Amino acid sequence: MSGTFVGMPAFPKAAHEAVGNTTLRANLRHATHTIRDKRAKAVAELDDWARLREAGKQIKDHTLRHLDHYLVRLEEAVTTAGGTVHWAADADEANRIVTGLVKETGESEVVKVKSMATQEIGLNEALEAAGIRAYETDLAELIVQLGKDRPSHILVPAIHRNRGEIRDIFEREMGPWGRPAPEHLTDAPAELAEAARLHLREKFLRAKVGVSGANFMVAETGTLVVVESEGNGRMCLTLPETLISVVGIEKIVPTWRDLEVFLQTLPRSSTAERMNPYTSMWTGTTDGDGPDTFHLVLLDNGRTDTLADDVGRQALRCIRCSACLNVCPVYERAGGHAYGSVYPGPIGAILSPQLRGTASAIDASLPYASSLCGACYEVCPVAIDIPEVLVHLRERVVQGGEFTRHGAKVTLKPARGHAAERAAMRAAGMVFGRPGLLRAGQRLAARTRRVHPRTLPGPGRAWSATRDLPKVPGESFRDWWQRTGGGQEGEA
Amino acid sequence: MTSRDIILGRVRRALGTPGDPDPEASYEQAVDRSYLREHGTRTTEQTVDLLAGNLADYRAIVHRTDREELPLLLMRLLASSGARTVLVPPALPPGWLAAAHPVRVADRAGSTAADLDEADAVVTGCAVAIAETGTIVLDGGPDQGRRRITLVPDHHICVVRVPDQVVSSVPRALERLDPARPLTWISGPSATSDIELDRVEGVHGPRTLEVVLVTGAD
Ligand code: SF4
Repeated sequence: MSGTFVGMPAFPKAAHEAVGNTTLRANLRHATHTIRDKRAKAVAELDDWARLREAGKQIKDHTLRHLDHYLVRLEEAVTTAGGTVHWAADADEANRIVTGLVKETGESEVVKVKSMATQEIGLNEALEAAGIRAYETDLAELIVQLGKDRPSHILVPAIHRNRGEIRDIFEREMGPWGRPAPEHLTDAPAELAEAARLHLREKFLRAKVGVSGANFMVAETGTLVVVESEGNGRMCLTLPETLISVVGIEKIVPTWRDLEVFLQTLPRSSTAERMNPYTSMWTGTTDGDGPDTFHLVLLDNGRTDTLADDVGRQALRCIRCSACLNVCPVYERAGGHAYGSVYPGPIGAILSPQLRGTASAIDASLPYASSLCGACYEVCPVAIDIPEVLVHLRERVVQGGEFTRHGAKVTLKPARGHAAERAAMRAAGMVFGRPGLLRAGQRLAARTRRVHPRTLPGPGRAWSATRDLPKVPGESFRDWWQRTGGGQEGEA
Repeated sequence: MTSRDIILGRVRRALGTPGDPDPEASYEQAVDRSYLREHGTRTTEQTVDLLAGNLADYRAIVHRTDREELPLLLMRLLASSGARTVLVPPALPPGWLAAAHPVRVADRAGSTAADLDEADAVVTGCAVAIAETGTIVLDGGPDQGRRRITLVPDHHICVVRVPDQVVSSVPRALERLDPARPLTWISGPSATSDIELDRVEGVHGPRTLEVVLVTGAD
């Protein structure tokens, strides 16, 4: 994965630092609570939500179960439609392919639409090293790039920055990158957005190469789908002559019809809208409309290792909506950076250790970055049982055992320095070790909240010692959900 | 070994037992499609009302008219925005802009993005409109033109023929659309909530989206 995060302190230390930053905490709290309440309302509008969620899970599970078949099918369809398909086993290979493709065009700059896959592989740094400048065009990504910063939220990567900080970054940094910020820029969001519009417009209009990810790839038709809000995606996908899309192999759905599920669940789960402002769909190339050269780079980079784990593979169902971040009491306090990965929050806690292995301190500690309250599972539009995977990964860290790395089976030794965790795991094994009992455990925890300590014993201590424990809610999220019909009572 | 072989090999080893040789045959059974094709029951008129309501909810400006009044309405909309030039897709019904004043600019194959940036507005039809989500979908048909012409100008006026082009839901829209065509789904003007989650309309796409619901149009 990206070099950006190498050398990150382990989660408890990073979380401790973040918790001490009051601006960050206030921004995060405001942001996550705003989205979470809106999301509950958007979801409540659809009385078949539970069935859509189940269908989404089944579509993804079927695809993963037959991933080899659908990858080949997709390759055929994209090729027939005029695209070229490349396969990248790891980040280095993907970066080499993209760098080579850009060089072939003779261009030395590209415009980019927000893509987690390209952040994951550290594409911008690789391009920079080859003398190619990559311009991020998503407003939040622009803020992050200009601020020489790291993203902290899947959907709102600059969620940790307030308007005053953004104004300062624009005033200071836009000039060196291109068109400077307008004079007398205030911190009104509309003015800041206008500054970004003007700054990026000259880049869009002259761009010859666009780089994107994709939210979905349809195997039967070869169609790629990008869901966005600002229009920078449309700019990058339509105006350049060459389009290069880097997409994880798990983003496939088998049929065109499958989009009817995800185009209903994704916008409502992520931005809490009935539909996001813009969705682009393209199939290969079209004469006279959009790029005349299209390259699709299919990225493995640890995904097949994740697939090899029966319990952990469900993380590959993720459609990156970020709903799980917004409900997570740990994320709300620790912030996205503490996770040391482009994938923050609950999904990051189960995805990063699987994509990268649990060899580093940060990856070994990620499965502990959770109170196992289960709120993430409740909101997940593809029903990923994040607590189940967390417990599974904790066992892997603590007890060691067999898993797959770079396609080969390896045996992991029990982690040193986790002796306490090992003991705690045994003690907690009754509940945490057996996923089936987890739900009962959560409810039990809620009902016995009055006797809960302010710090967690064993594995929880590492992070709970750095801050106040979130209060265990008076009723579990699951119970609350059932009682209120998914929050229809509304808190907003 | 190519990376393609390596990845496919890893997938097959990860999955263990050889998979179903024809997974597409069993796909029908693998997914429970009992979710709704559309939400609620409405008359055609109510569906059009819902579309208008949801479009407006996401800050599109909605107008209603009929075939006779359409040219006058388009003339007024362009005049009140002060547009001097209007981009026209290759086969916009000729009557639509019969009364409009701005200079009509055709999108030529050689037109650069910078050329298009000079146009003040664009008028198009659409492929389908979705009531439940307040979405219009463009498929590059002759009355819509290629994707860039509805992207670069700052003012987009989209004409929806009601009730024929209106469907209730996302599933119904996908049934009507052809995946081989480049598709753009538009739900309100471009927007961002990236600054403290305050919604700001109009970032890179057209900052003004006007949708004209017209009855009896050709
Ligand atoms: S794990 Fe589920 S809730 Fe979290 S980002 Fe992925 S799809 Fe969304």
